[in-house]
Amino acid sequence: MEHPILFINLLLEKLGIHVPAEPHTFTGYLLQPHVTYTWVIMALLVILSVLAARSLKMVPEGGQNFFELVITGIEDFMVGITGEEGRFMFPLIASLGFFILCSNYIGVIPGFASPTANLNTTGACALIVVVMTHVLGVKFHGIKYVKHFMGPVWWLTPLILPIEIVGHISRVLSLSIRLFGNIFGEELVLSILFFLAGLYLAPVPMMLLGLFTGFIQAFIFCLLSMMYFAGAIEHAH
Amino acid sequence: MKKVGLLTTLLVLGLSCAAFAADAATGGDAKSSAVQFFLYSAIAAGLAIAIAAHGCGIGQGMAVRGAVEGIARNPEASGKVTVTMLIGLAMIESLSIYALVIALILIYANPVSKAIGAFVGLPQ
Repeated sequence: MEHPILFINLLLEKLGIHVPAEPHTFTGYLLQPHVTYTWVIMALLVILSVLAARSLKMVPEGGQNFFELVITGIEDFMVGITGEEGRFMFPLIASLGFFILCSNYIGVIPGFASPTANLNTTGACALIVVVMTHVLGVKFHGIKYVKHFMGPVWWLTPLILPIEIVGHISRVLSLSIRLFGNIFGEELVLSILFFLAGLYLAPVPMMLLGLFTGFIQAFIFCLLSMMYFAGAIEHAH
Repeated sequence: MKKVGLLTTLLVLGLSCAAFAADAATGGDAKSSAVQFFLYSAIAAGLAIAIAAHGCGIGQGMAVRGAVEGIARNPEASGKVTVTMLIGLAMIESLSIYALVIALILIYANPVSKAIGAFVGLPQ
């Protein structure tokens, strides 16, 4: 596969820093596109939120209005799924949602790369969610959290326990690979179409499809995280 | 039923043609068995997506059928039904995406490609 042309890589080359294609050192890994574009998205989100919350008014208007709509919409949706005890997990879910949404969209722009098109980023997001599930379970139930893995009757435990453990491990795999496969597949199709028929604007319908699936994948990631949290908070059947 | 039988026969004949061609070309040479590995990887990658898209199409069709029937019965619930349908479609699609990831691994990140490349003599 040929290397894509990325703005950050060109900028770094101009500054004299060489970006290795195959990283072997720590700084080599730091300069990979999925890390540098994560910084770009972090800067973008911080600037957006500072701008939106700069002068808060009692009757909101403009950017504050839009963000209040979005944030209260997500929060009400989340409390509807996890219940009132799960409200304190909202910042994690919303941050993950905004990060995944922005990084899905930034890959559609030519010259930029999605951090979520790399299995490392999506694996990190999925690991955070699954580890928080267990932390929540222990926090809400203490040692009795093990009863979640035991099944409805005690003599089914040797059968149900391995299934539940494998199921939890597969949650990490499915969350990360679903997001990675969607976004990386989108980027692959865009680059192949661009190579084949770029002058005839062939990638444009795929870009529209990419906007659609980017939003849906971010929504699905957040929805599944909320459902996992709800499953850990509620009492075992 | 006749069409399925015809298609299956064509598929088996086609695959056995590939196998015969590979056997005839080599005669048990070590380098060409490495190339055979990549040949079968490529066939597997293509078949993975084909079969996954097959099942995904059927599953998503059933999901959309249920959603459209629900909306036809009760047009006021169309918002909720549509949201639920989109969530279900994304879940079903993720199974096809798993097959795509396996196909991409087979083509671009073949787990034995380095060993085979060194064996065949490609520059590392």
